[in-house]
Amino acid sequence: MDVGSPAFKSNARRALDDRHLQEALGHARSGFVDKRAAAIEALPEFEALRAAARDIKNHTLAHLDLYLEAYEEKVTETGGQVHYAETASQARDLIRDICLRVGAQTVTKGKSMIAEEIGLNEHLAESGVEAVETDLGEYIIQLRHEPPSHIIAPAVHVTKDQIEAEFRRAHTNLSPERDLTEPTALLGEARAILRRQFQTAEVGITGANFLIAETGTSVIVTNEGNGDLTQMLPRVHIVLATIEKITPTLEDVSQILRLLARSATGQDMACYTTFSTGPRRPGDPDGPEEYHVVILDNGRSAMVGSEFQDMLRCIRCGACMNHCPVYQAIGGHAYGWVYSGPMGAVLTPALIGIDQAGHLPNASSFCGRCEAVCPMKIPLPRMMRHWREREFERHLSPTTYRWGLRLWAFFAKRPRLYQFVTRIAMRALGNLGARKGRFRRLPLAGGWTGHRDMPAPEGQTFQEMWAQRKGTP
Amino acid sequence: MSTRDAVLGKIRRSLGVTGNEIPRNATVDDRLRRAPKGVIPARGQLPAAERVALFVRMAEKVAASVARVAQAKDLPAAVVDYLRSNNLPATLRMGDDSLLADLRWDETPIVVSRGAAIDDDAVGLSRAFAGVAESGTLMLASGSDNPTTVNFLPETHICVVKAEDVVGDYEAAWDRLRAMFGKGQMPRTVNMITGPSRSGDIEQTILLGAHGPRRLHVLIVG
Repeated sequence: MDVGSPAFKSNARRALDDRHLQEALGHARSGFVDKRAAAIEALPEFEALRAAARDIKNHTLAHLDLYLEAYEEKVTETGGQVHYAETASQARDLIRDICLRVGAQTVTKGKSMIAEEIGLNEHLAESGVEAVETDLGEYIIQLRHEPPSHIIAPAVHVTKDQIEAEFRRAHTNLSPERDLTEPTALLGEARAILRRQFQTAEVGITGANFLIAETGTSVIVTNEGNGDLTQMLPRVHIVLATIEKITPTLEDVSQILRLLARSATGQDMACYTTFSTGPRRPGDPDGPEEYHVVILDNGRSAMVGSEFQDMLRCIRCGACMNHCPVYQAIGGHAYGWVYSGPMGAVLTPALIGIDQAGHLPNASSFCGRCEAVCPMKIPLPRMMRHWREREFERHLSPTTYRWGLRLWAFFAKRPRLYQFVTRIAMRALGNLGARKGRFRRLPLAGGWTGHRDMPAPEGQTFQEMWAQRKGTP
Repeated sequence: MSTRDAVLGKIRRSLGVTGNEIPRNATVDDRLRRAPKGVIPARGQLPAAERVALFVRMAEKVAASVARVAQAKDLPAAVVDYLRSNNLPATLRMGDDSLLADLRWDETPIVVSRGAAIDDDAVGLSRAFAGVAESGTLMLASGSDNPTTVNFLPETHICVVKAEDVVGDYEAAWDRLRAMFGKGQMPRTVNMITGPSRSGDIEQTILLGAHGPRRLHVLIVG
């Protein structure tokens, strides 16, 4: 998919002015956060599970090569086929070739962020294969020709009225007089239309939440059941997953499942957690005849063993973005690629380069809520700092910012001088602003005063007060 | 070099390993063989009767309906009741599971079809090999006994589980599955089902009946 991350600043400004988007984000803010809190409150073992899940993933990543081999062996043993892809383009070609070999004209798709990452739909379309998204949110954004704005709620930025307008535009064979005011009517219409697609598709493509080494199983977690229809009705099931989805055993997956839905939507479990192993067995009345797994690297192997390895623990629950004040204000599209919010700010630079995605790790107030709510205990703020350091080292940050930092560093390394200068500066500012108590404009501080007043300093500096109060509790 | 070797080679370079280290291989083999259990919530660790009661509570919390029958032979009457009281057609799609297929459906007005479900089926009946009390989750194994399509295509899904098959946690359900299929072996599909299908994609409001069943009715035997 096209990269819009370099335009993050103008994207964000546009998002703040978008009335529809702000209305839609309002729904998300209250829903996700409160429901998650209630679900976690009801499970006293949640913290212990977080630690256990972190350890499982760390152990798996440290033995990733061996678990991948064990997984592959089991898939092959059960009649499935494993294909490896180093790059997005290899993965696209592998999937296209399978589709063309079986003469597919339509493929149905369960929600897959990896498929978004590699731009699969466009690639299939070039070969005359139509990919139909079946997750309601993905279906909506496919009609609107948009990328997802949230990893678990791809159409979170769209209002009900906009969905109705889109359905009326796309479903031209239905009566224009039909009543679509109720959300259930919209859902019913999508259900009926997609049912036909499930039946006609020759290939179903899903992502995977886990690949289980013990059994050679792929796991999807959904609420709608679209992923299940996608993988059980067509003749061929293709799973597209990245290397870090490997998890050792059914028990290990069960630990992480207890965190996933609670963190994502505040459910104890999603409606459907489905374990698929190989193609249909002799005597099975349903299920696909072919089962393929495409395992994609696309830059992740380089994160193994680096300061960004912890990011590979991510289970794509979306809790970090649901709780992020920046995401809450601007939504997902401003981030300009598949992954948004704090997890996107760390993952995107690793996958498309810091030169393209440099704004993302800077779009943070370092409030730390993302790390606090992450079920996998990923130190997101720390990794955003790592990216900022790399950006600085590679001279990608703006000149004024770099000079500003140098100037500050000069004084910060000379504490006496620092204290002297700040004391003088604060007194001077205090005197200048004493009458109104605030400044509407300040030289060199336009970034601040452009949006709000700067309060005039009152009395002492922090360090002076600290020195005085030292020893008194 | 194959893509497979290239990907594995990159991972090994990043980890600083060759893949032949004996202790690493032993660690992996051991975990896969033992499948150690982790943190198990206390919530589901209850005596049998309370465990079933918790399962019922949790299933109802996720918008499933639940009824109990004393014996398997009472199932047809319970199904008739449910279909009548919900104004649903007297048809059933089911697989070959002997617990269900051997019942006297001929003594009811219900028209039974066997095998994989098709789009026109209104009601599916299947049997779960386990119910998990901690979250009200049903677990089903695919095959001719319980075709997976029966759980998803009909608008109404009725699922039978024996009270003795209601366990406290997922790990206990995996133990049962391994007893049925063998360690490291799985049927083509295992479904964990927790309530009827739903979507929150329209303004984050939960609506039931997205692509799967709109209704999930659980019948507990025993």
